[in-house]
Amino acid sequence: MQMESETVVIIDYGAGNLASVQNALDKLGAKWSVSSNPAEIRAAKRIIFPGVGSFGSMMERLRERKLDAAIRDAIASGTPFLGICLGMQALFESSEESPGVKGLGVLEGEVVKFQKGKVPQVGWNEVKARGNGALKSGYFYFVNSYYCRPKEQKIVAATTDYFGEFASVVSAANVMAVQYHPEKSGRAGMEFLQRWLEGPVADGGSSSC
Amino acid sequence: MLTKRIIPCLDVNAGRVVKGVNFIQLRDAGDPAELGRRYSEEGADELVFLDITASSDNRQTVRDMVRNVAREIFIPFTVGGGIRTVQDVQAILRAGADKVSLNTAAVENPKLVEQVAQEFGKQCVVVAIDAKRNGKSWNVFVKGGRQDTGLDALAWAEQVQELGAGEILLTSMDRDGTRAGYDLELTRAVSGRLNIPVIASGGAGSLESLADVFSRGNADAALAASIFHDKNYSVQDVKRYLQEKGIAVRM
Repeated sequence: MQMESETVVIIDYGAGNLASVQNALDKLGAKWSVSSNPAEIRAAKRIIFPGVGSFGSMMERLRERKLDAAIRDAIASGTPFLGICLGMQALFESSEESPGVKGLGVLEGEVVKFQKGKVPQVGWNEVKARGNGALKSGYFYFVNSYYCRPKEQKIVAATTDYFGEFASVVSAANVMAVQYHPEKSGRAGMEFLQRWLEGPVADGGSSSC
Repeated sequence: MLTKRIIPCLDVNAGRVVKGVNFIQLRDAGDPAELGRRYSEEGADELVFLDITASSDNRQTVRDMVRNVAREIFIPFTVGGGIRTVQDVQAILRAGADKVSLNTAAVENPKLVEQVAQEFGKQCVVVAIDAKRNGKSWNVFVKGGRQDTGLDALAWAEQVQELGAGEILLTSMDRDGTRAGYDLELTRAVSGRLNIPVIASGGAGSLESLADVFSRGNADAALAASIFHDKNYSVQDVKRYLQEKGIAVRM
């Protein structure tokens, strides 16, 4: 499936194993590059931010590399942005995982820990899309101990039940963020990525959320 | 609702899948990537590749295999067998595996579990426990089941959870290879004691045995090898049966 698409910049903040995302993009025929350079992030046409590790160590690494400001600028300039797992949580203001550490604050709300069931949640869970947008419901692969609690319900694009409902996808203007791993979610995940890749590109002028 | 996982396990020797896997029209019946893809298409939720190569100069072969598998399948997979050091773990993860399974090395050096969890996150640390009944409890065996460590399986499971294991792969040596059903008592005991997922292994046989390990054994996932390789059932058959029994699975 060769797609006519601009290069996707995958943000590397020195923690992550990016092989899975790279392999998935290769399979979809998308062009990608890996970058930890703020100027390249600002100039990107499309950004994927896969997060791994702990909230605190991620934010520290982002700040050390001045990637926090670059990500905020890219999002403010309208660049299509996909946050995955911890890369979703990073967009919010704070996390119970690392009290006192500020998140990127692109979206209002906090990240909290599951209080019931085995933690982390590991496995395939149902993602129920709200409304009839481009997002499709289905089963996706999760590994998470924490989940995002957005202040604004209107940005919640899908929910998932793990001893209670939580926001598994948020979407606001050019920002899309998912708690699951589309790159590990088989066909459903590949279709999700492909639809995101085919979505609108930066128009250079629109404001973010 | 989180679904129960069905995990086929493939034994790999020198980069080739061994034991019969009777998929029709396979170009290469021993190719881990091609077999992995077939299982993924059948609805497997994850895969485990267990390296059973006896020789120790096998590291590059395993890494090449992991790289090839990671390019072909887009569901999580775990690699186990012969992983001894943080460097081994790093190489396997960099090649594209999602998780590593530690067994003998964890018993010999429990700090390894802690180091790997700290370095790469708990989510990629699976500790494999080979347990064999010893009166009213179970002992932990290592070196492919040849050596009794004298450790109590429940106490060891709790200890590795503390050290940072993200999941437990729990094999009943009494049931392994028998197709007589999983050891439900062992599985239930370990699962009830822990706050991390338990993958039950050893004894998969009838469809009922798979339903039982979830409904009565409280397993979070079930691993099976020969029932899939010999084509007694497909992953789809198993999942359809579980669904009929009211067990949540990804269809």
